Amino acid sequence: MLIILGKKLVAAVLTLMAASVLIFAGTELLPGDLAGSILQNNATPETLAQLRLDLKLDQPATVRFMGWVEKLAHGDLGRSLTNDQDVATEIAPRLANTIFLATYAALVAVPLALGLGLITALYQGRWIDRIANVGSLMAISFPEYFLAYLLIKILAVDLGLLPSLANVAPDTELGPRLILTLLPMITLVLGTLAHMLRMTRTAVLSIMERPFIEMAILKGLPQWQIISRHALPNALAPIVSVIALNLGYLVVGVVVVETVFVYPGLGQLMVDAVGKHDVPVVQACGMIFATAFIGLNLLADMITIIANPRLRRQTQ
Amino acid sequence: MTITLFGHKLDFLAALGFAIILTYVFLAIFAPLLAPFGEAEIVGDAWGPIDGAHWLGTDNLGRDLLSRLLYGGRVSIGLSIAITCLCFVIGVSSGLLAAVVGGWIDLVLCRLVDLMLSIPTLIFVFIILSGLGSDLYVLVVTIALIDSTKVFRLTRSVALGLVEMEFVDAARARGENFWWIMRAEILPNALSPLIAEFGLRFCFTFLFVAALSFLGLGVQPPNADWGSMVKDYADVINLGLLAPLLPAGAIALLTVGVNFVADWLLRLRDASQGAA
Repeated sequence: MLIILGKKLVAAVLTLMAASVLIFAGTELLPGDLAGSILQNNATPETLAQLRLDLKLDQPATVRFMGWVEKLAHGDLGRSLTNDQDVATEIAPRLANTIFLATYAALVAVPLALGLGLITALYQGRWIDRIANVGSLMAISFPEYFLAYLLIKILAVDLGLLPSLANVAPDTELGPRLILTLLPMITLVLGTLAHMLRMTRTAVLSIMERPFIEMAILKGLPQWQIISRHALPNALAPIVSVIALNLGYLVVGVVVVETVFVYPGLGQLMVDAVGKHDVPVVQACGMIFATAFIGLNLLADMITIIANPRLRRQTQ
Repeated sequence: MTITLFGHKLDFLAALGFAIILTYVFLAIFAPLLAPFGEAEIVGDAWGPIDGAHWLGTDNLGRDLLSRLLYGGRVSIGLSIAITCLCFVIGVSSGLLAAVVGGWIDLVLCRLVDLMLSIPTLIFVFIILSGLGSDLYVLVVTIALIDSTKVFRLTRSVALGLVEMEFVDAARARGENFWWIMRAEILPNALSPLIAEFGLRFCFTFLFVAALSFLGLGVQPPNADWGSMVKDYADVINLGLLAPLLPAGAIALLTVGVNFVADWLLRLRDASQGAA
C-alpha cells in the first residue's frame, strides 16, 4: 500500500511542478509586451526600459524560470510591482483569513451534507427527498453572488440580524470574527452543500442495494443500526473523496464570496493583482491556490485507497 | 397534457426548463425591438422609481433598468454560446483525432489536457488575463480552450468505444478515408452524450463569464453583461434596492432551466442504457 501511496505522492509533486511551469509561462511568456501592459498609459521609453530590466526580461525565459523557482523554494515570493511590498508579508495575513473562512464553511457544510444525504437516501422518493433533489439542483445552478446578495438583502438589510460586510481586522477576536464571517460562510456552505449531499445520497443508495444489507434487514436489525453499522462504513470512501474534491472547489469559490463581502482574503488580493497586472502577486497566489487544489485531490486519492482493501492490495 | 420531444415524454421540470430557455432566447434575439429605451440612453435620475415608463426604475447612471437587462442578456448569452461552440469545435475535433489516430498524438493531447486541468479553471484564466488583459477575444479563446479539455475527454472516451465497433472496421476495410470515418461513422454515434454535455458546458461558461465580469475581469465597459451589472449595482443592496438581484436572478434562472433540461437528457440516457 505504501508503494501506491508513494506513487500518488510523486505524481502530485510532478503535477505541482507542471502547474508552476504553467503559471510562469502564463504570466510571463505569452505574446504581448508585459512591461507595456503593466505600465499602461504611464509608459515612456525610459520607464519601459527600466521595468524590462527590473523584470529581467532581457534574460532568457529558462533562466528567469529557474530563478523564480529557486526563490520560491526559499520562501521568497518577490516584491509587488504596484506597492513594492514584500509579497510574502502581504500574503500571509490574507492567506490566514482565507483558510479561516474555508475551514469555517467546511466545518458546517460537511456534517450537514452527510446528515441530509443520509436522510434523503432513507426517504428515497418521498417528499423530503424530492424537495432536497430539486433544491440541490437549483443550488448548484445559482451563482454565489446571487445567493450572497439574496442573503444580504434578507438577513442584513431587511431583518438587520447580521453585518453585510465581513471587514475583519487582524486584531478582531474570534467571537466577533465568527459573526462577521457568518454570511460569507453560509453562502459558501449553500454553494458546496448540494453536490456533497447528492454524492452522499448516491453512495448510500448504491450500498443499500447490496446483499449484506438485505441480510441485515432480514435479521430484523433496527434501521438506524443498519445505516450506522453496515451502510455508512462502506459508503465512506466515495463520500470522503467527494468531500475532499469539494473542499478544492471551496478554495476557489472563496474568490467570489470574498469580493462580495469585501473580506480581506487571498482571493480578493488575487483579483486586484490580476486587474493591475501585478505579476509577482498573481504568481504567488496562483501557486498557493494550485497547491491547495492539488493537495486536496491527493488527499481524496489517498483516502480512497486506504479505505478500500481491494485497491490497497493492487501493487501494479 | 403531455408534450413529447424526440419521442420521449417531457416531465414537468424538463418542460419548465425548455420554456425558460426559449423565453431567454426570444428576449435576447429581439432585445432591440422589445427594449423601451436605448442601452446607454440616460432617461432620468439615478435610481429613479418604478413607474409606467420605467417598469423596473432606472440604474446608477439614470438609464432604464429593463432596457439594460435586455441588452445585457444579449451580451451574456451571445458570448456564452460563442465560447461553448468554439469549445466544442476544439474539444470534439481533438478528441476524435486522439481516439481515431491514437499513438503519440493521443499521448501528447492527453498530457496537455492533464496539465491544463492541474490548476483550478478560475486560477488558470486569472493567470492568462494578468498577462494579456481582459480583451474580449482573449476571454473567448482562453475560456473555450480551458473548457474544451472536458469535451476532449468525453469525446475521446466515447469515440474510443466506437473505434472498436465492427461498422468502423467495415468502413476501413472498404477503404474509406480518415475524414469519412470521423464524420460519417463516429460523430453521429457520439452525438447524444455530446448534446447533454453541450447544455452543461453552456451553463458552466455562462456562469464563468458572469463571475469574471462580476470580479471586474470579464466584459469591460462600455459593454455590459449581467455579471458586470451585478458588480455595478452591488452597492445599493444596502439601501434596500433590489437592483443587483435582477441581473443575478436572471443568470440563476437560465442556469436552472438549462440544468433541468440537461438533467432530463442524462436520465434519458441512463434509462436507455439500462434497457439495452
